[in-house]
Amino acid sequence: MKAAVIVFPGSNCDRDVEVALTQSMGAPPLMVWHRESEFPAVDLIVVPGGFSYGDYLRAGAMAANSPAMVETRRRADAGVAVLGICNGFQILAETALLPGVLMRNAALRFICRDVHLRVERKAAPFTGKYTEGQVIRIPIAHADGNYFTDDETLARLEGEGQIAFRYAQPDGAVTPSANPNGSRANIAGITNTAGNVLGMMPHPERLADPALSGTDGRPMFDGLVEALG
Amino acid sequence: MAAPVPNPPEIVTSHGLSAEEYGRVLEILGREPNLTELGIFSVMWSEHCSYKSSRKWLRRLPTEAPWVICGPGENAGVIDIGDGLAAIFKMESHNHPSFIEPYQGAATGVGGILRDVFTMGARPVANLNALRFGRPDHPKTRHLVSGVVAGIGGYGNCVGVPTVGGSCDFDQSYDGNILVNAMTVGIAPKDRIFYAKATGVGNPVVYVGSKTGRDGIHGATMASAEFDDEAEAKRPTVQVGDPFTEKLLIEACLELMAEDVIIGIQDMGAAGLTSSSFEMAGKGGVGVEIDLDHVPVREEAMTAYEIMLSESQERMLMVLQPGKEDIAKAIFEKWELDFAIIGKLTDTGRMVLLQNGETVADLPIDPLAEAAPIYDRPTAKTQAQPVIAATEVPAPENIMGALKTLLGSADLCSKRWIWEQYDHMVMADTVARPGGDAAIVRVHGSNRGLALTTDCTPRYCGADAATGAAQAVAEAWRNLTAVGARPLAITDNMNFGNPERPEIMGQFADAVEGMRDACLALDFPVVSGNVSFYNETNGKGILPTPAIGAVGLVDDLSRTASLAIRTEGESLVLIGATTGHLGCSSYFKEVLDRADGAPPPVDLAAERRNGDFIRAEIGAANISACHDLADGGLLVAAAEMALAGGIGCTLAIPEDAPPAHAWLFGEDQGRYLVTTSDPEGVLSRAEDAQLPAAVIGATGGESLTVNGFGTISLTMLRETHEGWLPIFMGDA
Repeated sequence: MKAAVIVFPGSNCDRDVEVALTQSMGAPPLMVWHRESEFPAVDLIVVPGGFSYGDYLRAGAMAANSPAMVETRRRADAGVAVLGICNGFQILAETALLPGVLMRNAALRFICRDVHLRVERKAAPFTGKYTEGQVIRIPIAHADGNYFTDDETLARLEGEGQIAFRYAQPDGAVTPSANPNGSRANIAGITNTAGNVLGMMPHPERLADPALSGTDGRPMFDGLVEALG
Repeated sequence: MAAPVPNPPEIVTSHGLSAEEYGRVLEILGREPNLTELGIFSVMWSEHCSYKSSRKWLRRLPTEAPWVICGPGENAGVIDIGDGLAAIFKMESHNHPSFIEPYQGAATGVGGILRDVFTMGARPVANLNALRFGRPDHPKTRHLVSGVVAGIGGYGNCVGVPTVGGSCDFDQSYDGNILVNAMTVGIAPKDRIFYAKATGVGNPVVYVGSKTGRDGIHGATMASAEFDDEAEAKRPTVQVGDPFTEKLLIEACLELMAEDVIIGIQDMGAAGLTSSSFEMAGKGGVGVEIDLDHVPVREEAMTAYEIMLSESQERMLMVLQPGKEDIAKAIFEKWELDFAIIGKLTDTGRMVLLQNGETVADLPIDPLAEAAPIYDRPTAKTQAQPVIAATEVPAPENIMGALKTLLGSADLCSKRWIWEQYDHMVMADTVARPGGDAAIVRVHGSNRGLALTTDCTPRYCGADAATGAAQAVAEAWRNLTAVGARPLAITDNMNFGNPERPEIMGQFADAVEGMRDACLALDFPVVSGNVSFYNETNGKGILPTPAIGAVGLVDDLSRTASLAIRTEGESLVLIGATTGHLGCSSYFKEVLDRADGAPPPVDLAAERRNGDFIRAEIGAANISACHDLADGGLLVAAAEMALAGGIGCTLAIPEDAPPAHAWLFGEDQGRYLVTTSDPEGVLSRAEDAQLPAAVIGATGGESLTVNGFGTISLTMLRETHEGWLPIFMGDA
């Protein structure tokens, strides 16, 4: 698999995802500066976490219009796998590669902690190494992760199996108290209809290393390598 | 330059200069200074920039060790951590701004300390903060906690440096003057460290970062005066931070530092362009000429006075090798930051400022720095508090009730509500997260780590500043030891009242002596620091608060300890001597509502012996959990260990122990509580090392029991411990 990580001014999880990808790929991904629109063909584009453009205007809004994202959008439409994590999810929502918006957390504060996620669907390329209904522990770290969309879109997401992860109790129960940020239907991550674009607020790259008290994020990167060659 | 007219006395006074100091200005210049020059003297000779009251005492602190690369005097301290790497760190206060405008005050405190570290060539890898607020029921406390925590998070989260630890406590002495002490730790290649020394006549002086605005003018002078009820009127002197620009500045500076182009670099912190240019030129023994027309400004028609005294954030000053300007310019343009050549180094030894083609200031550099006033202020001893015998201290009605009171108190409750607002995991190297004795951050790409903590027990310092300061250093050393690290060095953030009052100066002098003793005994030098005086409102000072930030090294991340009890059926072993010292304790404060008594004595020889033993036991994997005993004593420590691991324990009070409440809540120093499956081995090695050790209980179950004194479930303890802060902040 060949992968690229887009780097914006203000990205701060670019190195973290680079490390996690390198661990699973055996070779480092390409780091692509936001101004570049012509970068080599890759099998996976990662839009990393951070505060692209300082979150000014609206989290992800300015990054969505950068040359690298215009190109990412084009390639996503052509079927290339795109993974957006945290600020990356916000950017994918702003580019309309994914439906919905990420609003300010219900408690109006930044939250950094491990949460439990229920894997809603086992599907390549992103969740193929998990099992359906599996509960994994992954950290969140965001101020704007409160996923919102209208009833019709939500029904479509549910119907089409586009919900990849939901915030859950350690036993897998999806309850209001397991919801850290007020997201509709406890949504933590969704895919597009084609299944080649995933956005998620939790950070799988932060728990992909045994030295860091957990490795539940690692199967995502291993699975991508397996699915995309 | 036009001949300046004499400055009226009220202008001089409003610049914080005494009549005597102004006399010295006239002597140095041989004439009246103009307003810009007066402003420069004002900030350069402010307590904040000149350390005029503290310098005499600070010289007493030990600053050397074989692993110290650079001690105090630079932007931050530098120590060797092996493998060709250096750790660079410092702690600094932002107290007055944070009281006036908590969000921006705290945020820019983080920004400033980050710049002190990356300006030396280090990538920042961790932030910590030591916070002190007024009593919880003071009407402003909640607002201040909320704003300060949001500000620290807002800045640190955006720049992408994990905030991994710190401390937070409450006392009425901070009602009108909170303390916000921020610490940054960075890592740099040992042979690529950058200093604030300008050399090479003719070399270009370059300004990078944000534009200069009219914000923060006279911040350093504000930080050098007491507060009164009109403090909030000073809000315009608080700077506004932009962490996004800081993030770009970090990346641009580190990218530039990888090239061979920088001669000297200094961030523009307190007193902005004035202090950065004076310090760099002074260190290099050169003069400097700056054309203020080339300084990037945010607003039109800014005067020389405003440009020189602005404390706009996220700015750096550099001296580049001649002919390398284009390399630097390209990097700053890539990161969309301002880059301007604003002057050059000269051989005049003078600072000459030009604006609109005219000289607007002309000052000698060395005399201004060297003739900075140094005061030997009178000191007065604090009256010693009596040592209170354990037998004279009333027992609580109920031991478990007292434990709940302590664990649910503002000082000892869980600070999760705070640290969950900080991204403590970004950079994916946080091996030990907040909530333990010390955080551990992995040295990226290796199996080694830095252990980090901040410590101070202000109520001890209030009773006896020497003992309290020694205790702060010893506790920092102990916290690093408790996770298995080798303590290396500290940074000190000395927060005190008005130094012009002899009792305050006496506290300061005593604290320095106490720190000195502890640093020497523990081989724990001071490599950087900051003094913050005038922390008082309406003539009433804060508790003396010498906050200590400490760094240790973990050589093998698989050989560390945490406080969490992990296994049932193990023995609890108490290391260190227990006399049951309750004077000045948390038990006094929270249960008896008393603040009297001498603090626990600090036996530095025992501290060292016990700590060296613990470190060896962790290194040999002989113990499975370890916790330092501090506020609240043994029972609070046992409860914290049980809560962290989710496994309970039972304690049995030995027959020869002091009264139960003194044994359980006494705050004797130099102690650790450990769990082990091989108590005989631990006791036998302790005996060989000639230190006190005793099996005092066992792990297991879902509650905490003290034989003969009751049981309490972990669920109830957790509710108490985790509940206080969210309820106080109105979230629960």
